Amino acid sequence: MSATADDLTAQAGPQERFEYVLRLADTSLIAGQRLAALLGHAPALEEDLALGNIALDLIGQARLLLALAGRIEARGRDEDALAFLRDAQEFRNVSLVEQPNGDFAQTIVRQCLLDAWQLEMYESLAGSRDLQLADIAQKAVKECRYHWRFSAGWLVRLGDGTDESRARVRSALDTLWRFTDELLTPDVLDARMAVCGIGPAPVLIRERWQTRVRATLAEGGLEWPRHQHYRWHGKRGEHTEHLGHLLAEMQALPRAYPGVTW
Amino acid sequence: MYTQALDSPAESAGTSDEPERLERFQARIDRDEKIEPKDWMPEAYRQALIRQIAQHAHSEIVGMLPEGNWITRAPSLRRKAVLIAKVQDEGGHGMYLYSAAETLGVSRGQLIAQLLAGRAKYSSIFNYPTLSWADIGAIGWLVDGAAIMNQIPLCRCSYGPYARAMVRICKEESFHQRQGFEIMLTLARGSDAQRAMAQDALRRWWWPSLMMFGPSDAHSVHTAQSMRWKIKRFSNDELRQRFIDVTVPQAEFLGLSVPDPALHWDEATRHYQPGPIDWSELQTVLKGEGPCNHERLEARRAAHEAGRWVREAAAAYAQKHRGLEHGADAS
Amino acid sequence: MTEDWVLYEVFIRSRSGLEHKHVGSLHAADARMALEHARDTYTRRQEGVSIWVVRSSDIVASDPQEAEALFDPARDKVYRHPTFYAIPEDVKNL
Repeated sequence: MSATADDLTAQAGPQERFEYVLRLADTSLIAGQRLAALLGHAPALEEDLALGNIALDLIGQARLLLALAGRIEARGRDEDALAFLRDAQEFRNVSLVEQPNGDFAQTIVRQCLLDAWQLEMYESLAGSRDLQLADIAQKAVKECRYHWRFSAGWLVRLGDGTDESRARVRSALDTLWRFTDELLTPDVLDARMAVCGIGPAPVLIRERWQTRVRATLAEGGLEWPRHQHYRWHGKRGEHTEHLGHLLAEMQALPRAYPGVTW
Repeated sequence: MYTQALDSPAESAGTSDEPERLERFQARIDRDEKIEPKDWMPEAYRQALIRQIAQHAHSEIVGMLPEGNWITRAPSLRRKAVLIAKVQDEGGHGMYLYSAAETLGVSRGQLIAQLLAGRAKYSSIFNYPTLSWADIGAIGWLVDGAAIMNQIPLCRCSYGPYARAMVRICKEESFHQRQGFEIMLTLARGSDAQRAMAQDALRRWWWPSLMMFGPSDAHSVHTAQSMRWKIKRFSNDELRQRFIDVTVPQAEFLGLSVPDPALHWDEATRHYQPGPIDWSELQTVLKGEGPCNHERLEARRAAHEAGRWVREAAAAYAQKHRGLEHGADAS
Repeated sequence: MTEDWVLYEVFIRSRSGLEHKHVGSLHAADARMALEHARDTYTRRQEGVSIWVVRSSDIVASDPQEAEALFDPARDKVYRHPTFYAIPEDVKNL
């Protein structure tokens, strides 16, 4: 962490910490939910297994983080209460991950942009002053390193594959690039967490993410996409239309039969 | 060592099936020796194995679909993770089995092409719909339970690569049936609505599960020869009876009723005696006219078609960068 | 245009100290992908700490037809085994 001696006196309140952990938790959960839907429909049997592994890692991260969020909140909500009984506006995932699977190019681009971000986030969070969060990050960072290896490998293959794959991956980059600003631009909470030594310095994440993604795009012969100015705010609960549908499906059973055990 | 080396299996086809050779082959099997890919084998043995292993592999792959149908709706995160892991295992098992089939000189591409063209068989059970969450429990408990009955004896089958694949599969599958039963138990001990859900699932999956073992011995075409070759070790009816005997007490434990009014314990044979099975339904489903035959094959075809450009792109990339190795030196 | 991927054989070292063992095969377009597929398919339950992948077509195998010529001649060389030698029981450390 890059907190200075002065900053160390700053203390994050439970509400801020809850919100911040939810951002990480919901991002993993929604990304995992999207990938898991592809199981049985991937381009090759081996890819079914690969996507399944990534989905399992993401759901696993979400469970640990939601449980932590529940403990911080201290209102008796466990991982399932948080996953299944919140409305879309209460979800704090970045908008990128709720975007539909689309074709394999879109899935890979979405995953790649996310993996680069999660990898840098968890690398830094592994040294967080919040020791419970640091613990989860130390586990997650290994997973994310592999996710990145997988998705970056595919981004390069698709970029440098056939005319069709190049066209598809370009189009996916154009579609999804507008959601990257949200990953990289800090809001008040991101800045607060950095000051408190809980979260990483946003500028660091931005630089490392850009270096990583730039190198991979270059290896695949792909250009850095055009910047798009509209700012998305999934991490403060303002989502795209897709999240509502995703949740309607994901939450159907616990909503229809409240209070029972599954 | 596998497919490529075996592309022309019938190198000495003219003289290969002579009686003496067949006799020596059968003697090896009778001594419980394993047959390995490059060993001489009768063409009929090879074909029977390819048919059986491919059918089994296709079943795993198509079997991902009915359960996959509930991944996005699993009612807790733990259940979701378990279901993903299970469906993923089925994909893995399909892979192990296609691998075993490929050692017999047929490629996975050929086998999948047969499946997509509607010319290959797979287990009839996966042509039934998963209509409620309890169906995920029922599939784990009944369908995986039935599959295990079939598969454990195959760990000792005469063909080495198939036997080894089955060992791996059985080891991995051991959690599948337990998680299914756990779902059923949770529902059976839950609310009235959950209990009704569980009962309805048992009602719909019981008979199709019994049919999974295939036609009765009297009508089974391949049984005798397959048993002689030890690529099948018990008859359909034996396995079906064993399944009924272990499953009925489990249903009683759950407090659910098996949808067979004629089912009773026969003290003389020490077995549960089921009522008559409606074989015409099995024939209908096998003919491709079951409730979900169309959807299942369409889903496989759609994934295959949608994935073509991806597979082509990866192959083209590899072509351009041939010789570019990314691993460490082997040591 | 081909969509066929190459068949690779997979060998896994289950823990350090043990040799790599053949576990099965898979399809991949390139070596990197083959390693990833091997990891994703054959080490889901911590089965390994190291992976080799080898193109199946690169493996040279002995011919079962030659098995007698290759392996039977070793059968009567019993003097290669320690049990061939009779040593009185009271001789220690031998």
